[in-house]
Amino acid sequence: MTEIVDARGLSCPEPVLLTLEAIKRFGKGEIEILVDTDTSKENVSRAASSMGWQIENVIEEGSGYRIRIKRD
Amino acid sequence: MEGFKNFFGTKGGIIFVGLIIGILAPILQKLGNPTNMGICVACMERDIAGALGFHRAAVVQYMRPEILGFVIGAFLSALAFKEFRPRGGSAPFIRFILGVFAMIGALVFLGCPWRTILRLAGGDGNAIFGLLGLIFGIWVGTRFLKAGYSLGRTQVSTSKAVGLGFPLLMLGLLILLLIDPQPEGEARGMLLFYSLKGPGAQHAPLFISLAAGLLIGVLAQRSRFCTMGAFRDIILFRQGHLFLGIAALFIAAIITNLIIGQFNPGFEKQPIAHTMQLWNFLGMTLAGLAFTLAGGCPGRQLFMSGEGDGDAAVFATGMIVGAAIAHNFGLASSPAGIGPNGAVATVIGLIVCLIIGLTMRRR
Repeated sequence: MTEIVDARGLSCPEPVLLTLEAIKRFGKGEIEILVDTDTSKENVSRAASSMGWQIENVIEEGSGYRIRIKRD
Repeated sequence: MEGFKNFFGTKGGIIFVGLIIGILAPILQKLGNPTNMGICVACMERDIAGALGFHRAAVVQYMRPEILGFVIGAFLSALAFKEFRPRGGSAPFIRFILGVFAMIGALVFLGCPWRTILRLAGGDGNAIFGLLGLIFGIWVGTRFLKAGYSLGRTQVSTSKAVGLGFPLLMLGLLILLLIDPQPEGEARGMLLFYSLKGPGAQHAPLFISLAAGLLIGVLAQRSRFCTMGAFRDIILFRQGHLFLGIAALFIAAIITNLIIGQFNPGFEKQPIAHTMQLWNFLGMTLAGLAFTLAGGCPGRQLFMSGEGDGDAAVFATGMIVGAAIAHNFGLASSPAGIGPNGAVATVIGLIVCLIIGLTMRRR
């Protein structure tokens, strides 16, 4: 099952904080993070990579992005 | 376009932007800006408050083109790269208050985080205490963030006007500056106030300042350059990406200062600085905490305003109003030391920020 973190509309650094919280909570699997700025997209992707998670894909959705990250 | 776009998000990109700012700031000083104030977001917004007559401190009145350029440059960059997103509505009044106190703290120290680094790069030892205060204030802010602090979600607006307001205001002020220059030897144009002496009278040629501001606005919008985030991300995530930017800025500025003879190490008689170290520390503690609670340094708030963030625009407006309050009521420091009411205002500001940090919650 894919967990979803909705970080849309949140100020820096909350999207990254929520992403790291989810990574800690689940340890592995698939997480989707919703963000609505390019800054958050970059920050979340950078943070997930640094934790050893793979960026599966980034899909433009509505006025933002859906970032899917994965770790086996 | 895509390659260019990605470059500024990389380590090399943020270092490049830091180097450019670090070289440009001392050059702006060489060309006329006040000492160690090639760029200072707080000081320059304070000068803008003076140019508009919001305060009447005669020595700090000038419509600084760098600030106007920051916002307009970021706006044009956001448009060009399809990142202009009108948005707002995340606790705007709290952000306004944070802006007011961020400015009050910065004016007790005499500089924002940008000038803190530039003062250090010019040899001003007093800035060490400001820098320590800044880091401490950011650290306090990260404790709140860890405990679930949030100003809530912003709303994406269907109306462009939400995001256009602030960039257009800056454009209007630029037009005003162009049609209302300083009459020779006079402190007032048709509308704008000017300084005859002091920092407000010291400025690089208008078009050079504007060009530098526009360039930095574009680069900072692309790279998300942030002087507060630099320390916050290290404290919070052990992530040094943004820190590379300010490290590059510092190194480039110190080298440029050495080359053009602007490096004067010491503590006493440093330009536009005082030696009351406790208040240098606490002033920047207040500023650092307010920037952290608002999600960006004063420069970053301007760049986000250019991207259409109406909440960042409210914070920036709060800073301009804060400058007026600071100079109207004796809160701002001078080379002689802190203002008569600077200490009490700093303490009140710290208390207000702590209350905001404790009460605004995500859940």
